[in-house]
Amino acid sequence: MTSDAAAGSRRAARRIGDAADAAGLVDVAYGTVDTPIGALLVAVSRRGVVRVAFEEEIDDTVIELSDDTSVRVLRSARGTDEVRRQVEEYFGGSRHEFDVGVDWSELHGFTRKVLRETARIPFGSVLTYREVAGRAGNSRAMRAAGNALHANPVPIVVPCHRVIRTGGGLGGYGGRLDRKEALLRMEGALL
Amino acid sequence: MALHTLLLEVIETVAPNRGGAGGGRADRARPVSASLRPPPFEEFLEATRTAVYRFLLATAGPDADDCFQETFLSALRAYPRLRDGSNLRAWALAIATRKVVDSARARAKRPRPVADVGERASATDPAPVDGKDPVWRALRSLPPRQRAAVAHRFVLDLSYAEIATALGSSEEAARANVYQGLKKLRERLGNDDGSEE
Repeated sequence: MTSDAAAGSRRAARRIGDAADAAGLVDVAYGTVDTPIGALLVAVSRRGVVRVAFEEEIDDTVIELSDDTSVRVLRSARGTDEVRRQVEEYFGGSRHEFDVGVDWSELHGFTRKVLRETARIPFGSVLTYREVAGRAGNSRAMRAAGNALHANPVPIVVPCHRVIRTGGGLGGYGGRLDRKEALLRMEGALL
Repeated sequence: MALHTLLLEVIETVAPNRGGAGGGRADRARPVSASLRPPPFEEFLEATRTAVYRFLLATAGPDADDCFQETFLSALRAYPRLRDGSNLRAWALAIATRKVVDSARARAKRPRPVADVGERASATDPAPVDGKDPVWRALRSLPPRQRAAVAHRFVLDLSYAEIATALGSSEEAARANVYQGLKKLRERLGNDDGSEE
């Protein structure tokens, strides 16, 4: 009988996120979605998608997001439903463009410009670091552009994998180049 | 002492782990004065959910799930402004206690068709605290504050200081509520062994 209160409370606790979301009490809702490149965490603020994290980063990302207790961060299927659906469609091949808002509020200056430009690169095509830097206003700031892309808080949704080296080298992708390659292959940008 | 013993026996069967995770002597030993930064809300939920649920099963019966949800939504509403995380279990139980009182008032006002009772019972998961058990039934028939006080004392094993926090009352009033509650329970259940002095 002991486990009843524990199990019952676990069931009831799992429903809190969605109930809170329905009541407008969630500032950041998060959830996970399974994809061919592993589980992804998606986190959605009141402004839009605020974080996408790869499998091995999920725990740290949740901790980082929840650290400020003045911001209400809860797991909620309801609050992440639209983004998760679009991510699934993207990996299923039926979606080439994300139709969700991005929360740009934590992004500033050149980083923001670079990521804004990156968000415009269409499915299946690529730009070089130099080209993205140029579109963001300074074609010589390739390294800064690389740093901005490396710090992209919303990969996939802002497709930083579509930025490669001049000459065709893939460049970097947060230490997991195989993922960048898989994404570009999936989009037909790599053969 | 017969009822005390009876309650403890029932409680041993129903909640033998009451000193375990989420509520027990170990975390009571922690100094209450220390002001701790509250943990992320989900950690708070995880740490307090079992004690809150156990309390609600004992005091709100079929309304336990509703009360649980309202408790944690209220907690979530207040959470961003919460500065002191040192006694969060008592804080959660205080909110839960208010929800039980509110729910008892609402239930008293609400017309109760017979079908309602049956539907609610089946809509909830099988009640872990036996709804037919005379002790639990008697407990839930107490006025809400006495009911909460008795459950805090005997289901969750709280100290009178903690019960006072949960009830938002003085320690004296907490003692009085436990005492009155037990007295009524004793009357309602009958005192079989006549061992009372």
